[in-house]
Amino acid sequence: MEMEKQETYDIMAVCLLAGKIMLQSGAETYRVEDTMMRIAASFGAYQSHPYVTPTGILFSVEGSEPTKTKLIRIVERTTDLEKVAEVNGISRKISAGEYTIEEAYKELKKISESGSPYSLWIHVLAAAISSGCFLIMFQGNWGDFIPAFITGGLGFLSLLYFHQLVPIKFFSEFSASLIIGLQAHLFVSIGIGGELDKIIIGSVMPLVPGLLITNAVRDLMAGHLISGLAKGADAFLTAFAIGAGIAVMFSFF
Amino acid sequence: MTIIEQIITSFIASAAFVIIFNGPKRSLFHCGLVGMIGWIFYFLLESNGVDMVLATVIAAFSIAIASQYFAKKYKTPVIIYSVAGIIPLVPGGIAYNAMRNFVQNDYNLAINLAAKAFMISGSIAIGLVFSEVINQIIRKSKLKSIVNKTH
Repeated sequence: MEMEKQETYDIMAVCLLAGKIMLQSGAETYRVEDTMMRIAASFGAYQSHPYVTPTGILFSVEGSEPTKTKLIRIVERTTDLEKVAEVNGISRKISAGEYTIEEAYKELKKISESGSPYSLWIHVLAAAISSGCFLIMFQGNWGDFIPAFITGGLGFLSLLYFHQLVPIKFFSEFSASLIIGLQAHLFVSIGIGGELDKIIIGSVMPLVPGLLITNAVRDLMAGHLISGLAKGADAFLTAFAIGAGIAVMFSFF
Repeated sequence: MTIIEQIITSFIASAAFVIIFNGPKRSLFHCGLVGMIGWIFYFLLESNGVDMVLATVIAAFSIAIASQYFAKKYKTPVIIYSVAGIIPLVPGGIAYNAMRNFVQNDYNLAINLAAKAFMISGSIAIGLVFSEVINQIIRKSKLKSIVNKTH
């Protein structure tokens, strides 16, 4: 009896850790719930009920003993699709019976402690390149490629910097988009850049909440109304912050 | 010439976005392909006079299909691919123009543009819903068979 109780707690610990990593890395709610249920079922807990919201996970397992429930709180959320893919892979291996409970926990712990697969400068470079490419995709001239490249890169760098300085998402996004607006205006006024609008649109693309929008829609459609609305509100706030930053720039000039 | 330019830049932009989102290195190429497929559908339809909303629905649907295909083939979560594809379709330009007109006190034009941006976001959602429906059907049947087998 005592052994069985301990095992249920161990299964719950594995499920909750997997759920926590996925939720913090930007997975959809239904994927988190599905993964937790699959892992629990593979270890023999067939009756499990995960309740996942963007700010916390409730998990309850029924069995021969009284029902056990645990709650964990999710405070920080980032975007790390690599971790989502890795946890997904581990969940597949658990389903195939390749891991014991302890091995699975160790593997998950390893993932949760690993850092980002790309360095800061690779991120900034990626943002810069995508800004330049978006400019061309939105029918800009090749002459504006370099201004958009620099504006987008510095804009993204300032987003990361401000986020580290003050951990309020709205403030860092607002400041980054204001800086993008000012840079674009500077480039156009000294004659290097041509079309102000195209440079700004291309450069703010790395800040656009694409993942949040996608996740919000998927959650809403899967019936996770609370998560969907919360993520939608988050996406709307980000869009509003970007718009407000650009609007402030326009009111200066 | 324009089409080659669009193919190359949409591929690079989508792949670069996956780097920003810390996506797995091995799927960068496929994410670029998904983004490219979606954008080319959108670009060709839009430049041939098809309504922007309809073009977005078709592009989002093609992205959903391509993402589902890669997700099944490489056993990776579908979101990695669909995010890369969706980003170029986000109506950033229209939303920007709407915001600009709001600031310049031209509310009529601003509301027009904002409504258009909203419609396009909605059509991205419709495209994604198709993918979601297919995905849910496949998932449900798989989960049931796993539970039944082990019971």
